[in-house]
Amino acid sequence: MSDRHRAQQRVPLGVERKGFRGHIDAIAAYDAPSGIPPAELERRLLELGFVEGAKIEILHEGLVGRDPIAVRVNHATIALRRREAMAILVS
Amino acid sequence: MSAATGSNILHFALVGTPNSGKTALFNAITGSRQKVANYPGVTVERKAGIIQTPSGHRVNLTDLPGTYSLRGRSPDEEITRDIVLGRLASEAPPDLLLCVADATNLRIALRLVIELKQVGCPLMLVLNMIDIARHRGIDIDLKKLSQELGIPVVTSAAVRRGGTEDLMRRMDEIIANFKRGENASTWKPPTSTELRAAQREADRIIRAAVSQPARPDTRTGKIDAVLLHPVAGLLILLCVLFVMFQAVFAWAKPVMDLISVGFDWLGVQTHDLLPEGLLQSFIQNGVISGVGNVIVFLPQILILFLFILLLEDLGYMARAAFLMDRVMGGAGLHGRAFIPLLSSFACAIPGIMATRVIDNRRDRLTTILVAPLMTCSARIPVYTLIISAFIPNKTVWNWFGLQGLVMFGLYAAGIVSALAVAFVANHFFWRESATPPFMLELPDYKVPRVRSVAIGVYTRAVMFLKRAGTTIFSMMVLIWFLASFPRPPEGATAPAIDYSLAAILGRWLEPVLAPVGFNWHIDVALIPGMAAREVAVAALGTVYAIEGGKEAAAQIGQMLASQWSLATALALLAWYIFAPQCASTLAVIKRETGSWKWMALTFGYMLSLAYIASFITFHVAVALGAG
Repeated sequence: MSDRHRAQQRVPLGVERKGFRGHIDAIAAYDAPSGIPPAELERRLLELGFVEGAKIEILHEGLVGRDPIAVRVNHATIALRRREAMAILVS
Repeated sequence: MSAATGSNILHFALVGTPNSGKTALFNAITGSRQKVANYPGVTVERKAGIIQTPSGHRVNLTDLPGTYSLRGRSPDEEITRDIVLGRLASEAPPDLLLCVADATNLRIALRLVIELKQVGCPLMLVLNMIDIARHRGIDIDLKKLSQELGIPVVTSAAVRRGGTEDLMRRMDEIIANFKRGENASTWKPPTSTELRAAQREADRIIRAAVSQPARPDTRTGKIDAVLLHPVAGLLILLCVLFVMFQAVFAWAKPVMDLISVGFDWLGVQTHDLLPEGLLQSFIQNGVISGVGNVIVFLPQILILFLFILLLEDLGYMARAAFLMDRVMGGAGLHGRAFIPLLSSFACAIPGIMATRVIDNRRDRLTTILVAPLMTCSARIPVYTLIISAFIPNKTVWNWFGLQGLVMFGLYAAGIVSALAVAFVANHFFWRESATPPFMLELPDYKVPRVRSVAIGVYTRAVMFLKRAGTTIFSMMVLIWFLASFPRPPEGATAPAIDYSLAAILGRWLEPVLAPVGFNWHIDVALIPGMAAREVAVAALGTVYAIEGGKEAAAQIGQMLASQWSLATALALLAWYIFAPQCASTLAVIKRETGSWKWMALTFGYMLSLAYIASFITFHVAVALGAG
C-alpha cells in the first residue's frame, strides 16, 4: 500500500496505535460498539471537541489491551476507550 | 444601577468546563468567605460567597458545577443548567454569568460560550490562567475575541496575587451599565448539527483572535511520557498511594501525641477540680476523653485531604483515572469512579457524594455500593489503636516498618474486596445493560496554589470538627450513660460497669459475636460505633476506663494488649475492613440512591462479609497459636 493511498483511507481511531497522527474525517457513532445510544455518543464526542477537520494524535495507551487511549485533539488532551474511539474516523 | 438598587445584592454565577480553573478562581475571589452547603432536595454541593466590588457593590457569587454543555447529563450538570436558565425556585436567577475558560485551551470553552449566549442572561468571558498562556507564547487578541463573540472578555490569573483585579473592575463596569429587561432565553438542547456548527464557529474565532506559539509547550507531554507510561505510570501511582498512607501514619504522630497529652492533662485537671462522683466521671470519662479520642485524628484527616487536594489541583487525579480505567474496568467500575473511591479513603460520605461526576446510573450505583469498603479515615483510629497495641514496632526487610506494612495490608484488603464486590455486582445486577463510556479531559499539569488547597483543607477540618462536636459527642454521652447506669448496688464487689446497661446489651450480643472472638466489651463498643466508626475507640476507652479506674483511660492500648488475645485483635481488624459501622454513610447512600433497597443491600452485604472475615481470621489465628 503506497503512502498516498493510505492517506486517503479512513480508519477508525480505535484501531490506531500510539504515535498516530491525522485528521478527523467523520464521526460515525452508529458503527461504534459503545454502551450509549449512537446519537448521544456523537454529541458527547462533539462536546469534547472531536469535530471533523480537527488534528488528532494518539499520545498514550493504557497497559491492558492498549486501552484506554489519550488523544491530542487540536490543543486539548482527551482520554477515552477504544470502543468509543471506533466512532471517530480518521485519515 | 437599577439592578443594584433594586435588590441591593446582585447574583453572579461562575460557569465553565471542568478543569477551567473555575474553583481556583472562586477561592481566589471569595477566600474564606465562602459557604458550602447542598442545594435543597439534591446532594449537589452549593458553593457561594458574598464579595464586594471595588466600588462597593455586594455580589453573591456562586460556583456552579463544571459542565461541557447545558444538556444536563448528571445531577450536577442539571443544577448548572437550571440555575443558568433561572429554573431553580430556591435560587435567584443570575444577573450575570461569568464563563470561565482556560486561556491555554479555548476550543471547548468557546463552544460553551456560544451555547450560553442563547440563554439571554448577560454574559462575560473570563480568560483564566492568562499568565500561563502568556508564558507559553499564546497571543490572544482580547478586542477581537470580544468583538467576534459579542460579549465582554476579561483576563484573570487566579493563582497570582492581584490576578483578579481586572475581573473585579470589569464587574463594576458591567454593574454600572446594567439594563433591565433581559432577553428571553432561546436555549434548547443542541442537536449534533448545532454542536458541529458551534464548534466550527468557535474554531473560526480562535483562528481570528488567537495565535499559537511556533514552539508549543511540551512540559505536560514530557511529564506524561513517564506518568502515563503503561508500566512505570502504574508503579508511580502505587508509590504515590503508599507514600500517602505512610504519611498519614507517620507524619501525624507527633501532633497526635501532643493532642493526646493535652486532653489527658485537661482530664486530670478536671478530676482534681471536681468532687468525686457522677459529674466528675461524666466530665472526665464521658466528655473530655470522649471528644479527645476523636479530635486526636484530625491531623491524619488533614494530611489525607492535603494529598487528595494537591493531586487534584496538580492535574494528577485525571491521570490516575486514565491509568486505573482498565484495572477498574475489569471489575466493572468506571475510570471516573477512581476519584470518588480515592475520596472514600478520607470518608465514604464525600466519596459517595463525589460519585455524582459519574453520569451513568449503573456505574454510579456500583461505585456507591463499594465506596464504604475503601478504608476511610474513621477506621484509622481503630486500626492505629490495635496495631500499636498488638503489632511489634520493628523493621522488616531493612526498610519497612511492620506496623505500616500491616496498615498497608488493611488498605489493600479493602481495595481488593471493593473490586471483587463490584465484579460480582456487575455480573449479578447489570448483566443485560451495556458498558457506559469513559471520556475525560486530561488537563495540563499545574503547580497547585497554596491558598486554594489551604481553603479546601480548612473546609474539611471544619466539617470534621462539627461532626466531632455534634454526632460523635452525643454518642459519647450516650455510651457513658450506658456504661454508668444503673449504678451498682450497695456493697457490690464486681466493677461498676458489670451492672450497667452496656453490659446487658453486650452480654445480649455476646453469643452472636463470640464465634468471631469478640468479648462483651467489644460488643458494647460496637453499638455507639454505629454513629461513627472512630467512636468505637473512645467507647472502648470509656468501657475500660470506667471498669478499671481513672488511670486506665490514658493507656487504652496497653489495657487492650493485656485483655485481648492477638486472635481477637486481628478478628476486630478484619471486622472493621467490612463492617457497615457508620450510620451517616448509610443515610447518605439512602439519599443519593433515593432508595431504601440500596441502603439495605449495602448494610446486609457488608455485615455478612464482616462476620465471615472476622470468623475466618479468628479461627485461623487461634489454629496458628495466637489464641
